[in-house]
Amino acid sequence: MAADRELVYMPTMARLLQVEQLTGLEKLFTLELPEGQSLGNEPGQFVEVSLFGIGEAPISVSSSPGRSNGTFELCVRCVGDVTRAMHQLERGAQLGIRGPFGNPFPIDKMKGKDVLFAAGGLGLAPLRSLINEVLDQRSQFGRVIILYGTKQPSEILFKDELVQWAGRGDVEFHMTVDRGSENWEGNVGVITTLFPKITINSRATVAATCGPPIMYRFVLMELLGKGIPETQIYLSLERRMKCGVGKCGHCQINGLYCCQDGPVFRYADIKGFEEAF
Amino acid sequence: MSLWVLDKEAVAPFVTSMMGDYRVVGPVAKGIKFAFDQLEEVTDLRLDYDTSILPPKKYLQPQAERMMTFTRTGKPTVDMVLEAPPTVILGIHTCDLHGIRVLDKAFSEGYPDAYYLERRKKTLLVSIECLNPCDEHSFCKSMGTLAVSTGYDLHLTDLGESYAVNTGSDAGAALLEKYSAARRAEEADMKQLNRVMGAKWPRFPFKLDFDVGELSTLMAQSYDNPIWDRLAEICLACGQCTLVCPTCFCFNVYDEVELNLQDGERWRRWDSCQLDEFARVAGGENFREHQAARLRHRLMRKGRYLMERYHELGCTGCGRCARSCLVDISPVDVFNELHGCRVQGE
Repeated sequence: MAADRELVYMPTMARLLQVEQLTGLEKLFTLELPEGQSLGNEPGQFVEVSLFGIGEAPISVSSSPGRSNGTFELCVRCVGDVTRAMHQLERGAQLGIRGPFGNPFPIDKMKGKDVLFAAGGLGLAPLRSLINEVLDQRSQFGRVIILYGTKQPSEILFKDELVQWAGRGDVEFHMTVDRGSENWEGNVGVITTLFPKITINSRATVAATCGPPIMYRFVLMELLGKGIPETQIYLSLERRMKCGVGKCGHCQINGLYCCQDGPVFRYADIKGFEEAF
Repeated sequence: MSLWVLDKEAVAPFVTSMMGDYRVVGPVAKGIKFAFDQLEEVTDLRLDYDTSILPPKKYLQPQAERMMTFTRTGKPTVDMVLEAPPTVILGIHTCDLHGIRVLDKAFSEGYPDAYYLERRKKTLLVSIECLNPCDEHSFCKSMGTLAVSTGYDLHLTDLGESYAVNTGSDAGAALLEKYSAARRAEEADMKQLNRVMGAKWPRFPFKLDFDVGELSTLMAQSYDNPIWDRLAEICLACGQCTLVCPTCFCFNVYDEVELNLQDGERWRRWDSCQLDEFARVAGGENFREHQAARLRHRLMRKGRYLMERYHELGCTGCGRCARSCLVDISPVDVFNELHGCRVQGE
């Protein structure tokens, strides 16, 4: 979307093409901008979603640019005022969209390297954008390793896609749940229990991770413990990015603005920041 | 630019004549204090004020401003609202002029903020030289904000019977020419101006125990200082310091809906990083959960973060936060204590 920088607070009305219930709490919204505009997002960026009368909330774009087809997808948990109202919407509804904003994953710097993804819970939503972009340009990357953990089987997102990823010969896919259920036959344990299952060439590996704040501490220990350099670990952080353009102050992490300097940060750039995790 | 002289009797006609074309605001008495307000009568103007409760920032970034109107019926529509009346702000102290320079950078760098910038474009700044300290809380001399050379359209200095008027922009010069009976300064006026300027400096104390150029580095070294926990024990987290600050520009955005539930407006209002919910996300995580972290964040912004981002200090030494603080937390005391800790540590 060619955002007019002068009108950066003005939403463009997008049409809701499809709503898919992914879990009890999460839905996938497919949206279309007017007049065939493309969102023009890069993996890891976010948009501000307006529901007039309720408010505005930052939501990461879950679809990859290469598969946009003139539409984009938002995977949204029903958790706040705006997202609760979003979950009430039906096909054909109009939503305000601003963006895309923020610092994306540097996909070009990942080319030629092995890529390790570690997603926890809803953290898969922004990572999916990068994962699919990488898979669509598969020959340009080394190994692709995807680790995914959720609290329980009922919270697993994008189940059909996970099956596809797992079924590909050129993707090493491992997933786990913190607590199993009757029908669950897979791994049980937190995401760090997946790390012993993989061997990596640390210098040649770039990691991209997203999940709840508590997860980062443990996943970072694993990534660093495997010898991946701090400059090759990328994290996508969640903050209250109210304006999206580095003005309102809510998303500040020490001296950085999550909405501008992030939401994708290189670990080396934020490792000393107490407010980062 | 150029130097002019405006007799004090000529101030009222100058202000009155511009009131027809501009919203004219300036310091007026409010109880025992002063506040910037729109002038209804020129006699309300008090250029001799000590300090104002709020800085003149409120005319560039109002406490609450309407951003857009919307309708929710059928296909929702949204229309931008930008209210920016031509305005002259009179009597801005130099500390506040520095504050406006910080805001100018914050709202123009990166994504331009049309609301602020449109208002700023339509606003003329008439500053005034401080000849005496406003009270014991200010520390402008230490922060380097007791003098200005740019940033104003007109700058006044009280010469006793008249004001020396420096023009700082073409728009300022045009304002002076169109509405005032100012005359070109002569040699005697310049001598008088030099006398006044020379006499004022000794009246202002240095309050900082170190050179302000070191502040940013000092703050970088003070992140883990125990002072933050100690101050957090007395801080009420009321947010008053941020409300009166000339360089605090954080805001929140709200939608308001009419009773018909169809029409509404989107507003933005000043917000405060001192309030508990400021950094909290919908899922419940609060990234500055404790007051020590919030208080530290504010002072880091003032002493360091804005310097890193905009090459401007976020503290002007105006003293408003210390003046309004119910438990007497003053940035200059904090800065000095941090400096003391560093000296001791060496």
